Amino acid sequence: MSKARVRLIDENGLRHDGRKPDELRPIRMQVGVLANATGSAIVEYGKTKVLAAVYGPREPFQKYMVLPDRAILRVRYHMAPFSTSERKSPAPSRREIELSKVIREALEDIVLLSEYPRTVIDVFIEVLQADGGTRVAGVTAASLALADAGIPMKGLVAGVAVGKVEGVLVLDVDELEDSMGEADMPVAGAPDLGLITLFQLNGVLTEEEVEKGLSMAWSAIERIVAMEKEVLKRKYESVEEV
Amino acid sequence: MSVTPFKLPIIPHLKKQAFISFYERGLRADGRSIHSHRNVTIKTGVLDKAEGSAHVSLGNTQVLVGVKVDVGQPFRDTPNQGVLVVHAENVPLASPIFEPGPPDENAIELARVIDRSLREVKAVDLESLVIRAGEKVWNLWVDVYVLDHDGNLFDASMLATMAALATTKLPDYEETETGEIVLKRDVKSKPLKINYKVVSVTIAKIGNYLVVDPTFEEEVISDYRLVLSFDENLRVVGAQKTGGGGMKISEFREALKIGRSTAQSYFKALEQALATQVS
Repeated sequence: MSKARVRLIDENGLRHDGRKPDELRPIRMQVGVLANATGSAIVEYGKTKVLAAVYGPREPFQKYMVLPDRAILRVRYHMAPFSTSERKSPAPSRREIELSKVIREALEDIVLLSEYPRTVIDVFIEVLQADGGTRVAGVTAASLALADAGIPMKGLVAGVAVGKVEGVLVLDVDELEDSMGEADMPVAGAPDLGLITLFQLNGVLTEEEVEKGLSMAWSAIERIVAMEKEVLKRKYESVEEV
Repeated sequence: MSVTPFKLPIIPHLKKQAFISFYERGLRADGRSIHSHRNVTIKTGVLDKAEGSAHVSLGNTQVLVGVKVDVGQPFRDTPNQGVLVVHAENVPLASPIFEPGPPDENAIELARVIDRSLREVKAVDLESLVIRAGEKVWNLWVDVYVLDHDGNLFDASMLATMAALATTKLPDYEETETGEIVLKRDVKSKPLKINYKVVSVTIAKIGNYLVVDPTFEEEVISDYRLVLSFDENLRVVGAQKTGGGGMKISEFREALKIGRSTAQSYFKALEQALATQVS
């Protein structure tokens, strides 16, 4: 990248946006934002903005696409054409196809699919604005939308990406840090179950750095799931008697 | 859109308890120990038309990789680098579960995991592939062709990719007066510069066990697989959890350890194959 020289870590050890290495961006979440969907949520990590909707459990359009003992989960991760600096073609890219798979796999073992045999549960994730960490924000949004849809789950899931910039491990990387950094490690999991459900690493890390990055991600995931619980509770607290 | 696999065979699930009873004794159905990989055979230079090629057998799994090169424009943001593209095909002749058609999510994931494991560590010296900066660079097309699928396509494809790249030779060329590059495809003399060799190690979680190099049946019954890529210094240069199950942090730590020792065994097989190539 031949951008202007940006110091990713300054002399005080702070990041280009003033955060400490283990600091999250401001996170905002809201559930029940779409009228048609069974459940929905919007999640923002800083400037990253992701919308998720759940439809189902329902009968699949293609009737052969069922399992006798459980529901089938279908996940689409998709980026809006206007979500990036250069317009992104709306056709699904190889990246989006892979991320749809890893996000589906981040949810498969968490949703109680055996409650709904011969049905399909659809999770649609639209990235409205991409500033790094879109897949992990997508997992957080999907988890909230599933809970909002009332679909039973073993626990709530959240995600965050850890990166390495100028030799320092940093939490919740944004686009600049991702594009100029040395490593990007997206992690998602269900802290109440002690399970990591999404794990990827793009970049070079020592074994110690992998372990340290994972524990940074894990404690952040615990905090994000706590926020998810608050947001879901608030939805029902605000229901007024008539 | 990614869909829960709903066409995988049922039979392996009926064998699961039998498999686990082997693991309890530290063994596998095929006689291996739980932490050893199957026999690896690596043959390089198996194709004449490709600038680099390798055939890898990992037990009954067979993968063929061909590297084709041509001259093209660099990407705008990397004018001083050649272009590396990894593509994988799950060819329908390789397995009853493969269908003809464009690459599905599994083939795309395979190609992208291999690509990422090579890219960030700069396994291939892309800067040595510049003919005229900003204008003409070498393109490297790595095509992974799965020929027989008996599990662990990641490790077999990574070995085949690495062996093919390490034996790739660029063709000679002439520059015309108008600046065009004309390749002499029948004269290949310049070996591709490799900075680091990379292998991947796939570890499957089945029951309470972590097993190395799963067969297809083991993959079907596994909760998840963890693919860990290492360079020769045993730095972690890529990772991917694949499959729907959740992974405990303690399992991840154990897998890292198992992965490091298995990586050394793969590197040995790779080095041996590359040494015989030279002689």
